[in-house]
Amino acid sequence: MLAYIIRRIFILIPTLLGVSILVFFMLHITPGDPAELLLGERATEEALVELREHLGLNEPLYVQYGMFLKRLMKGDLGETIWTRQKVWTEVKHRFPATIELTLAALCIACFFGIIFGIISATKQYSIFDYVSMIGALAGVSMPIFWLGLIFMLIFSLNLGWLPISGRLSVDIDLEVITNFYILDAVLTRNWAALKDAAWHLIMPAVTLSTIPMAIVARMTRSAMLEVLRQDYIKTAKAKGLSNFTVTFKHALRNALIPVVTTVGLQFGVALGGAILTETIFAWPGVGKWMYDAVMQRDYMVIQGGTLFIAAVFVVINLCVDVLYAVINPRISVQ
Amino acid sequence: MTKEKAQKNPFDRHPMLEQLSQLWRNKTAVVGLVIITVFMLTAVFAPLLSPHDPLEVSLYDQIKPPVWHEKGTWKNILGTDDLGRDTLSRIIHGARVSLAVAIISVGIAFVFGVLLGSISGYYKGGIDSIIMRIMDIILAFPYLLLAIVVVAYLGPSLENAMMAIGITYIPRFARIVRGSVLEECEKDYVMAARSIGAKNWRIIFLAILPNCMGPLIVQTTLSMASAILDAAALSFLGLGAQPPTPEWGGMIAMSRGLILRASWVMTFPGIAILLAVIGFNLLGDGLRDALDPRLRD
Repeated sequence: MLAYIIRRIFILIPTLLGVSILVFFMLHITPGDPAELLLGERATEEALVELREHLGLNEPLYVQYGMFLKRLMKGDLGETIWTRQKVWTEVKHRFPATIELTLAALCIACFFGIIFGIISATKQYSIFDYVSMIGALAGVSMPIFWLGLIFMLIFSLNLGWLPISGRLSVDIDLEVITNFYILDAVLTRNWAALKDAAWHLIMPAVTLSTIPMAIVARMTRSAMLEVLRQDYIKTAKAKGLSNFTVTFKHALRNALIPVVTTVGLQFGVALGGAILTETIFAWPGVGKWMYDAVMQRDYMVIQGGTLFIAAVFVVINLCVDVLYAVINPRISVQ
Repeated sequence: MTKEKAQKNPFDRHPMLEQLSQLWRNKTAVVGLVIITVFMLTAVFAPLLSPHDPLEVSLYDQIKPPVWHEKGTWKNILGTDDLGRDTLSRIIHGARVSLAVAIISVGIAFVFGVLLGSISGYYKGGIDSIIMRIMDIILAFPYLLLAIVVVAYLGPSLENAMMAIGITYIPRFARIVRGSVLEECEKDYVMAARSIGAKNWRIIFLAILPNCMGPLIVQTTLSMASAILDAAALSFLGLGAQPPTPEWGGMIAMSRGLILRASWVMTFPGIAILLAVIGFNLLGDGLRDALDPRLRD
């Protein structure tokens, strides 16, 4: 197993290198002078010269890439153009918000997706099955940015149940330790902040969970149907075990193997979808930050943020593969 | 198998007809096909169908509600936006944009994906590794992020959005084709084609690829669904179609400011996106059942 993991990590290196090359050269294959692209058309000649000097834009491309890679190894993603902050510091500051949102969405997606999937499979061709599978179809086809706005209209503006945007109300004080607000509130035993943070989290998380939930429900249903046809399920039933035991102890365990992979892959999908969700709900995470950077044409942020998210995504996919090998003894680790 | 059965029955149908009739029996596929046909016809006959010019600004008809609302009129069945433009006409013309984007971006992905995938699967070895590593690099970005970044560099426009979506979809096609080609290459007919001296490109395009069409058609249909979603998302973020182009995602973005005063301006384009995507997803699922029993879930 260890050898397998190590080899997988080695395969990861060329991919990450490729990602860095792609991200680096994107700035340089774009027509026009990179310095002018970075600073905008109205930049003064001095500023352009200074930036070229600062970023080494006068060097040949391969030297520039070498410098870029060297800085990357030290964890230096460069500086933002407008605010001159370290990109890495900014990412570190915002990433917990994105993870909090994504994890909440995935938990919602798994919980409801698996439950709907199980009921659909055990009651195949029932009304419940049809309704939940139509719901799943609508879920995978959903433009989530639109759904988010509809939720906002219904639950915030018309009913006034949920806050419209942000992570925390202005009048709530919270001592920030990890920047995961839910966790911080629990750590500091600040129950008012916990309630407020959870309240703010619900709508964006549910919006983001739509597509993964639909996919998990479909996957669970088909995996359960497959398992329920197996002989050992008949044996278990013939032994006189209750339906509940057969479904949850015998069938679900094996049906969950492909579901786990699906959930893992959905994590990356949700990270991408977070750009839309965070933008709509003004959620101060990496997604909204990158969207703002695209709007302000801050290419250093786009570059750094893209590299960071791609690296996280690749590592998550690796973990999913390893987890899959761990939980599925039938896959020989070769 | 008995001798009689092994003989070809003259009334046996061509396998393609068999698959078509199977598709016809599949209710979900038929529903999907109907939805797509409606959208296609809407797109083609948009100028004839739409009651108004989608770009026509009418200052006296600003923010009119739909017809069933007490203040609604038959003049603007689905109401108007803040510039007095007719929502229904804009949605009808939006079908053109969305379908065109889906067809072109998936077309780009299809052509390059099939080309790279068949080269990879047919020649194997070093070139296969290189192509597949490049595909891995594209897949190392979460969906939509790469498209956003590409458009951010190239500049926001519908053409760049199509290209960006096309690029991000190449690996799905390349992987499917590579897998199928690898499998088909082992079969006797490829050996036969080789032994009569057929050229490589002839074997790939005329012998192997027609046998890989099943999964490819399924993937194309499902990709059309996600291309419509992604294009709408890019336009919503201001990176795709630019105003005043009537595009569904862009319409939703424009109407965000009207969310309280005129929620219908935002509601209908969303429903249009949802329906179109459902149509392609239904057809894709149906095609998968009919054409590719291996992929059936």
